[in-house]
Amino acid sequence: MIAAGPDSFLERAPLALRDWAVQLLPVPLQWLAHHVITIVAVLAVFGLFFAFTTIAERKLLARLQNRLGPNRTGLPWIKGLRLFGLSQPFADAVKAITKEDIVPAAADKILHFLAPVIVVGFSLMTFAVLPFGRQYLPVDLDAALLYFFAAGAATELAIFMAGWSSRNKYSLLAAMRALAQLISYELPLILSVVPVVLVTSTLSTKAIVIAQGTWSFGLLPHWFIFTPWGFAGFIIFLIAALAESNRSPFDLPEAESELVAGHLTEYSGFKYALFFMAEYFGLTALSGLGVTLFLGGWQAPCAFLQFIPSYAWFMMKLIGMIVFFIWVRGTLLRLRIDQLTRLSWQFLVPLALLNLGNAAFWVLTAQWAGPLQLVRWIVSAAIIVVPFILMGRSLTAGFAPRTYRYAP
Amino acid sequence: MTIALLLIAGLMLGSATAAMAGRNLIHSALLLIASWAGVAAIYLWAGAEFVAFAQVLVYVGAISMVVLFAVLLTRQNQIADQLIAPPTRLRAAAAVTTGSCVAAVLAAAICSSSFAPGAAEPPSTTVRQIGLELMRQDGAALLIVGIILTVALLGATILAATDPKVGPGSSRAGEDVP
Repeated sequence: MIAAGPDSFLERAPLALRDWAVQLLPVPLQWLAHHVITIVAVLAVFGLFFAFTTIAERKLLARLQNRLGPNRTGLPWIKGLRLFGLSQPFADAVKAITKEDIVPAAADKILHFLAPVIVVGFSLMTFAVLPFGRQYLPVDLDAALLYFFAAGAATELAIFMAGWSSRNKYSLLAAMRALAQLISYELPLILSVVPVVLVTSTLSTKAIVIAQGTWSFGLLPHWFIFTPWGFAGFIIFLIAALAESNRSPFDLPEAESELVAGHLTEYSGFKYALFFMAEYFGLTALSGLGVTLFLGGWQAPCAFLQFIPSYAWFMMKLIGMIVFFIWVRGTLLRLRIDQLTRLSWQFLVPLALLNLGNAAFWVLTAQWAGPLQLVRWIVSAAIIVVPFILMGRSLTAGFAPRTYRYAP
Repeated sequence: MTIALLLIAGLMLGSATAAMAGRNLIHSALLLIASWAGVAAIYLWAGAEFVAFAQVLVYVGAISMVVLFAVLLTRQNQIADQLIAPPTRLRAAAAVTTGSCVAAVLAAAICSSSFAPGAAEPPSTTVRQIGLELMRQDGAALLIVGIILTVALLGATILAATDPKVGPGSSRAGEDVP
C-alpha cells in the first residue's frame, strides 16, 4: 500500500507532472502554460468521459431493453478484434465530422451557426468551479455556486436560438417547450442547493466539500445526503437536474414521437454532435455539482479508505450518478407538458421551500446534544416527510389507484 | 486594462445600437441580451464578481426568457419573425424628444453631483462582507424588497391568468365558433 493520507504520491502525481511541464518553459510564459494545461486536462478528461458515457448509455439501455447494443466496432487495423464495441464513440465522431452540414434555405444562418457554439461553450464553463480532488479545483471562486448557475443560464438561450433560427414548426415548438421546462425547473434546482449554502454559510464549492469531511467512528461519513434536509434536497436536486439536462422522463423538447427531433430537427453532422455533447457535458456538470454538494465531493466514505486518491473518489461518485441517470432513462416513461410543469410548481417548489426552512431549523439546533439530538433528527425528518405524504395524497386524489377496465 | 474596458463598452454600446436599429424583433432581443452580458463583463472588469454573476443569472438567464416569451407569444401574424413597421417622422421625433429628455436629466444629475476623490487604498470587499452587511444592517430593506417583488410576481400571474373563457367549467367555450 502506498503511503496513506492527503500527501500520498498518487494524490500529488498529476500536479507534480504539471509543475514539471511548466518549469520547462521560460518564466514569462509559465502562468499561461499553467492555465492552458489545466484547461486541456479538463477538456481531455471530460471529452473522453463524454465518449464513454455515450457508449455506456447505449450498452446499458440495450441491456435494460433486452438487446445487445453496439458490439462490433473494433480497431480498424486489426481484423477480428471487437473490444465489445468500446471504440464505437470514435467511429461515431468520425461519422459526425464527415457528414454533410445542411442549413435550411430559410434559416437564420448566423444564429443557426451560433447556437451549437454557445451551448457547448457555456456548458464547458461550468466545469471550472467543480472540485475534482483535494487540490484539483480549476478556479477557486468565492461565489462558485453562483458562477455555476450563471454559466448554465446561457444554454437556455442557445436552445431557443437553435429552435427559432431553424425556421421549422417543430423546432420552434420544441424551443418554447424547452424554455418553459427550463424556467420551471431552474427554481427547484436552485432552491434545493440553497439549504447547503445555509448550513455551510459559504458559496465556495471547495469549502462545501471540506465541511463534509468528517466521520463518526471513522466509518459513517458526514455527507449532507445523510441528514433529513440533505436527503430531501438531493432528491429534489436529482429530479430538477434530470429536467434541466432534458433527459428522459423530461425529454419533452425532443420528444421524437411528437416533435421529430425538437430543436435539433434541422441540425446535421457536427453541429448535431455538438448539441449532443453539450447535453452530456451539462449532465456531467450537474452530476458533479450533486456529488460536490450532497455526496461529499472527493471525500472518501470511510476514514481508512483515504489512501485512494481523492480524484478517484470523485470520478467513482460521478460515474455512479451517471449510471443512475441512465437507469432512470431506461425505466421511466415521458411526462406530458402539463404534468411536467405541474410537478415542478405544485410539488417540487413548495417542498424545496419547506426544505429551506428545515435547513434553517437544523442550523438553529446545532447545539443540541444527547437525547435532544434524536428529537432534532425526528423533527427535521417530519418537516419534510409529512408534507410530502399530504401533498402527494392531495395532488394524486382522483388519479390513483389506476383501474384497468379491460385488462385483468 | 483601459483597452479592455473600451472594448467591452464598445461591444455593449454597439449591440445596444444594433438592437435599436434592427428590423427583426428576435434579433433585437438577442442583441439586447448581448448588451446585458456586456454589463456583466464590465462588472467582472471592475472586480465585482458577485454582481457580475448575479447580472448574468438574472438578466441573461431569466429576464431574457421573459422578453423572448413576450415577443413570441404576443405576435399576431404567423411569420416566424415579425418586422417592425418602417419609421415615420412622428415616431422619430418622439424618440428623439424622449431620448434627449432622459439624457438631459442624467447629464444634469451627473454634472451637479460632486465626486469625492477616491481613497488611495482601494477597498477590498469580499462576497462574504457584502452578504453580512446585506443580512445584518440592511436586513429589513432586503425583506421589504423581497415582499414587493413577490407581490409584483403574484400580480403579474393574476393579470395573465384572468381569462373568463378559460376554466374547468367552460372547456366547450370554443364550440360555438365554427
